[in-house]
Amino acid sequence: MMDWIPQGLWFEVCLKVFFAFMMVGAVMTMAGYSVLAERKVSAWMQGRVGPNRTVLPFFEYIPIFGPLLKKLGIFQPLADGLKFLFKEEIVPGHVNKLYYYLAPLIALVPALTTMTVLPFGQIYWNDGTVSTLALADLEVGILFVFAVSSLGVYGIALAGWSSNSKYSFLGGIRSSAQMISYELAMGLSLLPVFLWVCAPGVTESGLSLSAIANSQAGGPWLFLVQPLSALIFLIALFAETNRLPFDMPESETDLVGGFHTEYGSFKFGIFFVAEYAHIVIGSAIFTVIFLGGWHFLPFMNDPWPSNWIGSLLGVGWFLAKTIFLIFFFIWIRWTLPRFRYDQVMHLGWSKLLPLALANLIVYLLIVTAIDQSTSANF
Amino acid sequence: MAKTVVLNRKPLSFSERTYLPQIVTGLKTTFSNMFKPKVTLQYPEEKPVIPNNYRGVPTLVKDPNGREKCVSCQLCEFVCPPKAIRITPGSVPEDQNDREHVEKAPQEFEINMLRCIYCGYCEEVCPEEAIFLQDVYSSSGFTREEMVNNKAKLYELGGTMPDRHYKWDKKKNAESAGNSH
Amino acid sequence: MISPEKEEFVVITLNGTEVEVPNGINAVEAAALHGKEVPHYCYHPKLSIAGNCRMCLVEMGTPMRDRATGEPILEDNGGPKIGWVPKPVIGCATNVSPGMHIRTESDLVNECREGIMEFLLVNHPLDCPICDQAGECRLQEFATDYGRGYSRYIERKNVKPKRTRLGPRVTLDDERCILCSRCIRFSQEVAKDDVLGFVDRGSFSTLTCFPGKELANNYSLNTVDICPVGALTSTDFRFKMRVWFLKESKSICSESSSGCNTLVSSREGVIQRITPRRNDLVNDTWMTDSGRELYKSVQSEDRIRRPSADGSDLPLEDAISRAFETLKEKKLGLVANCRSTLEEQFLTQRLAELTDAKVFIRGHFGEDDGILLSADRTPNLRGALVAGLTNQYPAEHLNELNQSISDGEIDALLVIGEDLLESGITQENLDKISLVFMGTTQNSSSSSANVVLPGLSVFEKSGSFINRSFLLQCFDQAIPGPAGLLSECKILSKLVNLFSNETKVLSELHDVWQAMSSMEDSVLSGIEFSEIKKGAVQLDGSKWKHLSFVEKEALHHKPMDLITA
Repeated sequence: MMDWIPQGLWFEVCLKVFFAFMMVGAVMTMAGYSVLAERKVSAWMQGRVGPNRTVLPFFEYIPIFGPLLKKLGIFQPLADGLKFLFKEEIVPGHVNKLYYYLAPLIALVPALTTMTVLPFGQIYWNDGTVSTLALADLEVGILFVFAVSSLGVYGIALAGWSSNSKYSFLGGIRSSAQMISYELAMGLSLLPVFLWVCAPGVTESGLSLSAIANSQAGGPWLFLVQPLSALIFLIALFAETNRLPFDMPESETDLVGGFHTEYGSFKFGIFFVAEYAHIVIGSAIFTVIFLGGWHFLPFMNDPWPSNWIGSLLGVGWFLAKTIFLIFFFIWIRWTLPRFRYDQVMHLGWSKLLPLALANLIVYLLIVTAIDQSTSANF
Repeated sequence: MAKTVVLNRKPLSFSERTYLPQIVTGLKTTFSNMFKPKVTLQYPEEKPVIPNNYRGVPTLVKDPNGREKCVSCQLCEFVCPPKAIRITPGSVPEDQNDREHVEKAPQEFEINMLRCIYCGYCEEVCPEEAIFLQDVYSSSGFTREEMVNNKAKLYELGGTMPDRHYKWDKKKNAESAGNSH
Repeated sequence: MISPEKEEFVVITLNGTEVEVPNGINAVEAAALHGKEVPHYCYHPKLSIAGNCRMCLVEMGTPMRDRATGEPILEDNGGPKIGWVPKPVIGCATNVSPGMHIRTESDLVNECREGIMEFLLVNHPLDCPICDQAGECRLQEFATDYGRGYSRYIERKNVKPKRTRLGPRVTLDDERCILCSRCIRFSQEVAKDDVLGFVDRGSFSTLTCFPGKELANNYSLNTVDICPVGALTSTDFRFKMRVWFLKESKSICSESSSGCNTLVSSREGVIQRITPRRNDLVNDTWMTDSGRELYKSVQSEDRIRRPSADGSDLPLEDAISRAFETLKEKKLGLVANCRSTLEEQFLTQRLAELTDAKVFIRGHFGEDDGILLSADRTPNLRGALVAGLTNQYPAEHLNELNQSISDGEIDALLVIGEDLLESGITQENLDKISLVFMGTTQNSSSSSANVVLPGLSVFEKSGSFINRSFLLQCFDQAIPGPAGLLSECKILSKLVNLFSNETKVLSELHDVWQAMSSMEDSVLSGIEFSEIKKGAVQLDGSKWKHLSFVEKEALHHKPMDLITA
């Protein structure tokens, strides 16, 4: 099918860049629409209507469709983005300029970098081989994700420090403390998953994300096999993305705006996008690891054909799961009250960490037992 | 005598201590809320129903015969806490037949809506029932001068209100009934 | 009121407590002296007793005595038995006598007041919203204090004419009149112009002018002041402003040398009216109609509002230094003013001494009406004498000054307020000299002056006047002056500082007073500024006995030759 593609290195680089832009575009769009979803879902849960005024010229006159789009607020992210662009750039006089400008970039770059290793579907070649759709399907994908996504906290800590304001500073400090506390539990919670996936008798193995996704095809989803791991990972994910009930860095109620108190216009917009990009990537990773990725339902084979239609449907299914998780993030936000700072620390260190360790030990034993029995059979 | 009942707090069960069932209940609540009717009023298109006792923009009203009710007694000016009202008193010409006994009427009547706090004291204090805080709730302008409602504007906003007393007409009737000189 | 003759005190029992009051005063005053208000309408301390409103009803009694032996009859508890007059008596016509018992707060008295109020209000219109008296109306006050609070009267009220013109300055609203006759008695007794009376009977009684007459005398507005209700209204003040907005300041009428005490009522820096202030030594509770119109000069067209030099405006500081440049090292003359305050006259004298200037001063004279409008139409001629500006009685014209200019003895002149052409200076002479004018209104002096320094009117500054009986009285500032202007006192003290080449500042009134009272050989020596702030101070005028003052005998004033005779 694709044998007309010249095998030149130059062309390959160009193609990769093109794909990268596509990917960035897709994630950014999703981040933008996550903001809309946040506003809409908040509104609905609070008995309100949400943004329903923005419309592009002429769209309004399309019968039925136009007013519907307007009512759903489809054009709102565009307006929000433009707003950030056209706002006056205000830089307070007391900030450390270099780091102040650097911080939003440092916050955004890791969020976007993690997506390079994110698999989001399969492509069925004519010769019957199947390859994963990802910019780079690394063998150590999950380690890369952990390594890079944790860098995001540098942006927040730097913003808090360079703003030279006590609110920002407290926000930054809280953010780094929270990040360290939950990073541990998050990592530990995933170890049993890989132990399970890499157990003997399983054909695909490794730390690659696509391998994990594929291991769930036709079998149980991993959150059914390892519910505790899934729970700990989910809680830690909330904490890592600074979502409510773990919004310590922002803390609107006690720190004005937290780390971004002194930020405005486009620089604030970058923080904003980074936060939602984190959510999108986080949801996608959770989908890949625990919700079967692009595979259909647990214990069911993919019902779609093994051609380009199947690829599209798989990607669509993956997106649907991710979007549900994004919705879940928002849903939780309007259900749970936020933690106090000491409660956050308490939960992280004295609840989740021991639980994750216990979980690891239990699965170590189980997996060893299964290994022993299966190797005995061999 | 009140009896003190000591309630012992039951220890939390394991499932309660994980908080997970409660979180699920909460999630159910928020989710069901999404499908309840919305309370938002789409303001410029939909207008709220103004109750009768609403305190909107203060206005001057005329009686059903279209006559000015205000006699510029300046009590509203006196009682106004933010000093938003400014009246220039004047007299009714002697030859104005329908208002013979009134004698006094405002020459100019200004309410500065940048100062007004909508407290309604002016309506309460008015002995002639001439000033009412009616249902106008939105007033805006581009300059400070625009936000000062003058007499003409106040009467335009106020319109006509029913009169229960026709106080001055009673006087006129008494006079024509002939007990005067 | 307490007449000065009756210094003897008697003991009466007021509401059960023994109190000491001057002998012969009436029950209303006696109660007022001890903080008990007896409401009244027709009674006025400065008018004869009419006793027709019946509002001041009180209970009166005397200790009973045995007819045969003359021994006091005692109660069981040993106290004297009181023979109460069975019906209440009117307080205004009941003079106190030793041992008298008066009750002003008994049930009977309260019931009487309630009944009287009800009668008075029977035909009274519900006019308060349009009535100018509202806020200072005795009927309103007593209806809330002593009335029953609601009306039982369901019949149709009497309607009477509402806009009757009684005179050029007084309008009558017949409906509101409660027939107290204060205005009639005032016209007869004080103004001596008997034009008012009642006609018709019963509830049709109406106040009116006698046929062919009108209430046009110069005291007609006092009837408006003493009217306890809103029946008599000032045509000038009618419907202008509600009285509760007015800020009242103590002032002195500057119309003539009688020195009427006045209250200047203003709102937000605009004078609305002038009313008399009671002073039993000067004007009782009266003042002239013409004096009430003086406030109009504050806003007049010809008011000087900006300092100018040679026809162009400039800041006041610069104008003062220009004035100094114009006047210094010249043969200086100084035209002082009998309308200036005592403090200004003192500073003028200081200036004259510093510059060796010759001082001229003129008088303004008119008809004497024998009451409160004296022949000397300046408020402070005696101040000029006390300040030492002149030893002679000022004449109407300044012929001497005219001569001095013609002879070349004077080539620079500082004029305070006076119109030089009117004072007998020829235009030719005016053009010869350099002239600095300080005053409030434009006149021939200001139009030919090199430097014009605007002054403040009597309402815009504080100061003191010495009246025809050598009573030193001070007045307060009622309204702020035009922006950027200073009082004459401050301008004069700046000029004094410039001429004396010192920086001693005498700009505040108490500084001036300190200098004045420390002068030796002056009638002012030893008088403290705080003392005159409290009340009028009688000065010794015998030093000027030989001068022929023009004032005739009048209310509370006896010419000096009559006192000594």
